[in-house]
Amino acid sequence: MGETDGRGFVLLCAGLGFMVVLLFLISLLVGPASLPPMESLRALLAGEGDATAIVMREIRLPRSILALMIGATLGLSGAALQGYLRNPLAEPGLIGVSASAALGAVLAIYTGLSLLFPLALPLMALGGALAGVLIVQALAGGYSGTITLILAGVAVTSLASAMTSLALNLSPNPFAALEIVFWLLGSLSDRSFVHVQLAAPFMLIGWVLLAGLGRSLDALTLGEDAAASLGVSIARTKLLAVVGTALSVGAAVAVAGAIGFVGLVVPHILRPLVGNRPSRLLLASALGGAAMLLAADIGVRVIAPGQDLKLGVLTAVVGAPFFLWLVLQTRRQMP
Amino acid sequence: MVSRLRQFGSLLALFLAVGFVSAAIVTVAGTARADAVPQRVVSMNVCTDQLAMLLAGEGQLHSVSFLATDPSASAMPIRAEAFPPNRARAEEIYLMKPDLVVTGSFGNRDTVQMLRRLGIRVETFPLANSFDDIRMNLRRMGALLGREARAERVIAVFDRDLAGLRVDGDGVAPKAALYYANKYTSGHHSMADTIVEAAGLHNIGGDFGIRGMGQLPLEALIMAAPDMLIRSRDYRAPALAFEVLDHPSLRKVTDETGEPVFVGARWNCGTPAVLVAVERLIEAKLRLGSPRAPYRETASLRRRD
Repeated sequence: MGETDGRGFVLLCAGLGFMVVLLFLISLLVGPASLPPMESLRALLAGEGDATAIVMREIRLPRSILALMIGATLGLSGAALQGYLRNPLAEPGLIGVSASAALGAVLAIYTGLSLLFPLALPLMALGGALAGVLIVQALAGGYSGTITLILAGVAVTSLASAMTSLALNLSPNPFAALEIVFWLLGSLSDRSFVHVQLAAPFMLIGWVLLAGLGRSLDALTLGEDAAASLGVSIARTKLLAVVGTALSVGAAVAVAGAIGFVGLVVPHILRPLVGNRPSRLLLASALGGAAMLLAADIGVRVIAPGQDLKLGVLTAVVGAPFFLWLVLQTRRQMP
Repeated sequence: MVSRLRQFGSLLALFLAVGFVSAAIVTVAGTARADAVPQRVVSMNVCTDQLAMLLAGEGQLHSVSFLATDPSASAMPIRAEAFPPNRARAEEIYLMKPDLVVTGSFGNRDTVQMLRRLGIRVETFPLANSFDDIRMNLRRMGALLGREARAERVIAVFDRDLAGLRVDGDGVAPKAALYYANKYTSGHHSMADTIVEAAGLHNIGGDFGIRGMGQLPLEALIMAAPDMLIRSRDYRAPALAFEVLDHPSLRKVTDETGEPVFVGARWNCGTPAVLVAVERLIEAKLRLGSPRAPYRETASLRRRD
């Protein structure tokens, strides 16, 4: 620890920040309508209502903003949950938070509630996410070990996904049942600034709460008693972690469905690079998550232009083998 | 082993023979019955419903599909009230004891095969994609119902109305974009394309190489800069599939072009009612050139609903 560490962290964040900016720009330039890059950037900044400007401002810009914000949310909440639960597998997707948020969102949209009252969408998703966190905590709280947490997460995820599928199958709209895949795998296709406006405030408040966890998470690495003796309030830590996750993940899922693995993969890659300090991991994971989701969203448009390949497919294709590799690494390290 | 195979072979031959014979019997029975004019006709498809209602004689049509009374799917919802509805299920159709079943040639193949196995005569009608298809389907329905003269009269009126449509052909045809739920559009070889082109508009769906129905990315539609948006109505229950039709980028387009035209029941089926759809489009096309203030007002009123 010391000066060199601090400089390394700044460099890491600068590097990640540069990647996010670069991927954000590339994300703006990728789409089914192949537009010349310079002309489309000019239209974005100075266009006057022509078709290129509409595509850049109303279709691609909100999509890129959402990819950035949702990626940051998933990376940040993954890092925060792993620190708070002191469990390397804690992640909003794996522990059932995303799935229960999706259930809340589905109930808001397909009952018609969100047509009467648009804020019902993020609020119900947030409520679902909150219920998910609390149930998993009740089932696997008290730092009861990795297996219990994962089992509780699997149970909550399966139940919430089944309820989501049921709700969509019961909808009188023939298209609803086809949309199960959107809620279970996530997509940013044809999102607009309406979605940004609905989700961004909740995500921002969630980020602020989760960022406030830094010092407590560092202290918690020494154990709960030691942390308490250092003046860390366990109740406050719990409140920040639970509400911060529910707000940011709930809002993210409400507009893009449940996207898995980002919150797992990103903190794992970055943890050794921040000297295993949970407080530093928060910012780094937020940047890394944004970069990963922007890259995934570029990927779905390059691989299958105009066909709405779901984001969760790509994040799982990258995330699941990485996860397996992680398991092998941990086994090798153990005698 | 060899004898087993031979045994199997002869069994197979026997089955095949039985199959051919029974098929032949059904065919003979079918042709025998086809000579008589059917007196108890059941239609299982919203398009054949309308053809049958247009042409059938008094008491000849027994039942139409439940969609025939749905004004969002059928152009003859009031007339359809007179007939008991069916949901195109083999069991219920069989119990109606029809001597002829008419339906579309897609979607309910299992039901059709089941009814044919039960010895009921089923005639299927392909999708109509052009005005010629409409005439052909009318003639065929007329022949099946023994109402050839009536069919010819309906076709004559249709042709007269079609010729009477006043499409001003001067200059370049304005570009129209058809857009439905889940970003679907109609390209060449579709009734919607025929309607749009008959109104003197150019359907951009065909420019993307789409035949029949196909998906069109929102970006591609915006870049095509259509002069008119023709979209499907929101369904009575919400779904994400319809959200794209209210995307702000499409609103930007309709702010320029005026209120979108809505695809309705008359667009669904190849019946003479498509000419009403063409007429409405011609009216909408005439509005394209004129000052747009009043239409924007109605458009925003509709949005607030």
